[in-house]
Amino acid sequence: MDSTIAALLTQDGLTNGAIYCMIALALVLVFAVTRVIFVPQGEFVAFSALTLAAFEQNKLPGTVWLLLALGAVAALVDAGSLWREPRRLVRTWLGTSAPCVAAALLVWLVASAQLPFFVQVLTTIAAVTAMGPAVYRLAFQPIANATVLTLLIVSVAVHFVLTGLGLLFFGAEGVRTQPFTSASFTFGALNISGQSLLVYAFTAFLVIAMAAFFKFTLFGKALRATASNRTGARLVGVSPNFAGSLSVTLAAAIGAVSGLLIGPIATIYYDSGFLIGLKGFVGAIVGGLASYPIAAGGAIFVGLVESFSSFWASAYKEVIVFTLIIPVLLWRSLTTTHHEEE
Amino acid sequence: MKSLSTSRVLVLAVVALLVVAPLVAPAFYVTLLNYIGLYSLVALGLVLLTGVAGQTSFGQAAFVGLGAYTTAVLTTQYGWSPWLTLVVALAITLLIGYLLGLITLSMGGHYLPLATIAWGMSLYFLMGTIEQFGGFTGITGIPPVSIFGYSLEKESHFYYFIWIVVLAALWACANLLDSRPGRAIRALKQGSTMVEAFGVHPGRMKTAVFVIAAVLACVSGWLYAHLQRFVNPTPFGINQGIEYLFMAVVGGAASVWGAVLGATLITLLKTWLQDLLPKIIGEAGQFEIIVFGILLVIILQYARDGLLPYLQRFVPQRDRVLPAAADRLQHRAMPMANSPVLDVNAARKTFGGLVAVNDVSFAVNAREVVGLIGPNGAGKSTCFNLISGALETSSGSIKFMGQELTGQTASTISKLGLARTFQHVKLVATMTVVENVALGAYLRGTKGIIASALKLNRDDEAAALAEAMRQLERVGLAEHAHDAANSLPLGKQRIVEIARALASDPILLLLDEPAAGLRFAEKEQLAKLIRGLKGEGMTVLLVEHDMDFVMGLVDRLVVLNFGQKLAQGLPEAVQADPAVREAYLGA
Repeated sequence: MDSTIAALLTQDGLTNGAIYCMIALALVLVFAVTRVIFVPQGEFVAFSALTLAAFEQNKLPGTVWLLLALGAVAALVDAGSLWREPRRLVRTWLGTSAPCVAAALLVWLVASAQLPFFVQVLTTIAAVTAMGPAVYRLAFQPIANATVLTLLIVSVAVHFVLTGLGLLFFGAEGVRTQPFTSASFTFGALNISGQSLLVYAFTAFLVIAMAAFFKFTLFGKALRATASNRTGARLVGVSPNFAGSLSVTLAAAIGAVSGLLIGPIATIYYDSGFLIGLKGFVGAIVGGLASYPIAAGGAIFVGLVESFSSFWASAYKEVIVFTLIIPVLLWRSLTTTHHEEE
Repeated sequence: MKSLSTSRVLVLAVVALLVVAPLVAPAFYVTLLNYIGLYSLVALGLVLLTGVAGQTSFGQAAFVGLGAYTTAVLTTQYGWSPWLTLVVALAITLLIGYLLGLITLSMGGHYLPLATIAWGMSLYFLMGTIEQFGGFTGITGIPPVSIFGYSLEKESHFYYFIWIVVLAALWACANLLDSRPGRAIRALKQGSTMVEAFGVHPGRMKTAVFVIAAVLACVSGWLYAHLQRFVNPTPFGINQGIEYLFMAVVGGAASVWGAVLGATLITLLKTWLQDLLPKIIGEAGQFEIIVFGILLVIILQYARDGLLPYLQRFVPQRDRVLPAAADRLQHRAMPMANSPVLDVNAARKTFGGLVAVNDVSFAVNAREVVGLIGPNGAGKSTCFNLISGALETSSGSIKFMGQELTGQTASTISKLGLARTFQHVKLVATMTVVENVALGAYLRGTKGIIASALKLNRDDEAAALAEAMRQLERVGLAEHAHDAANSLPLGKQRIVEIARALASDPILLLLDEPAAGLRFAEKEQLAKLIRGLKGEGMTVLLVEHDMDFVMGLVDRLVVLNFGQKLAQGLPEAVQADPAVREAYLGA
């Protein structure tokens, strides 16, 4: 291996790592607020790329049906539990089902009017973000007090439901979207694409923004308080349901942006989200699902390992990345003090 | 002749059905039953791991794959006997299961399931990548198993083999759960502090259960390879891993039969959905996973104990026959009256900058009842946790019967003859009162997991239950022996906790706010019980903040305030002490 290849692999690794980093940040965010290990995060990424690709191909994105399905089921479930209180019911509908339906309409409009690229991008972000509240409401809100383990099982189940729905609504074909910019910059032997720079910039922004939000703002602290004690948070005026819903919605928005950024770099299938998500996950675990900067570093490390192992032992790329988690866990078990979950 | 209980009749009926099924049912159903058997084995492991021990694994399919691939490679490429490959597969499984458990389980929480996802993914990719494993096309021509020269080539013959293995596994796991290590496993969900206080090592127990689940999955894979005579990576992916978990959750952990129920329901549902969904949707694909996922979420939201309890309602449960109360276990030598039992010397505990216990010293002598009192936040409970080993002492010394306790684990301390109760009652809700009390005698039994699974523990078990009955009679709750522990009122639950502590044959009984939340009459009964125990030679240290409760009960009082010892002495003298009055009344 010479230095040019090493530089290329590093660049490749950094770009992928930056994408995993965004996933890792979203996972840490959701875990910090809801104690849910949010396995379906990768689906948001895939759905976002698939939506934009459908726009580009002048097809109606399957997102419309996905949103309508989520919105309708959430509306029915809320109607079932709140039919005695019409006012609260309407307010709840406005929070969960209405965004889904509105986003579905928007997607349909943008697709049929063939609006410009910029509008398509914003619509894609809106559409994927709108899934957040409904997913939280349907899967997690009813068991928000359950153990981390139960929440994890539900989370894995949601991942499979969403993947199945993805196959149903988007089909099995892979897509690659247009890059946002065709600009590229040359540094010596290195050629860095504008798309990669966008990925780095957004990731860096996200790391700083999230760390600052949770550390310095009152609202961020309130969200964290919910995770450690739901009852306590409610007593001081923080609604745990709102906090949970908000964190999943933010995660969906981050997923949507990551999907847009990764779309031009890799071919995305309806089930690509899982592998991308799991790699982000390995990164998040390095940070113990608690620290944003360490999780970010871990995710970038995963990207680099992946890129270098695809050079040395390409067939074993995935094996190496996933086996990496074992020494990471070992290291964590030796460095963290025993903590009991009651 | 003994009359058969309804549940035993049901089990016999199931076995009879299984025996005649291949003789009368069409081949399709035999195939289906074969798969249900194989899945039941894996689900059984998950029922123990997830339902009973409160851990989980998404990587069970990988262990199935390990069993299947080990035998496939070794029999087709090296000509080994399937029986030999079974031994090899089990050895690899034990090693991997033990290592994964060792790394992740001492941390508790969610690390094991995460590690199993990763391990499942990497094994799946390995199976598809390594050339010797045939890549994604797999390995064909796996020989059938023969028993005593008789080849089980026909599916209907292999059927009996599978189901004999399944029934044996069910029997062994049911035995295990109803034994000394089984009670410890069932108590794991209560948290480490409680089981450690009775000498159970929670990390080791969880690892053991994980290894058992892995072994069951491996055996299922070995059977699968010799049933199909062909393997490829597809059935060992993470999707199948979640389906196994789904089976265990649907069936529920109320009994080992939950695994069979779950495996049956899911297999039938899957067959039906795979028929139906492509017709509705108009294209092929694994759409049944959508339905499974939604059902899994709904079951976890509305029926967390699975579906078996709904069926069990129709089966009258008979109380088990318990041995009569008897004193058949070894006792330790009790100290002479007034000899020193506990000596706390300048014990200190700091949390960051906060000094919770500030150089506190006091002593407890044999056959004494000492009360450790103080207003809320005085450091009583912290002090209590230092003695019981639940917290580590920052400095100072705590000696029990001349031995230093600081730096010892709760489980070692319990071996020395210290037994405790909990301020927030920690009884295992899924066990009866007598089983809860028998958990207290954990360290006085010897039979481990294998002996218990094979029912080689009859004497040990009878002695433990007789001891539990004896302690229940001692505290006056014998008539509640068969009740579910959480069906009793709080006052009685507290007394069950005392009986459980007594079952460990302690020298010193530590009671953590035993009167908190009790009504007046319940307090009276509790005080009477403690006086009775003292009369029988027990030494008691109790932490309380209820002055009235301790006044007429204890021999001596130690008063803490703001982490420091404020006063000690006879109850009347302490009560008259102006500093104590000020601390309590603020006057």
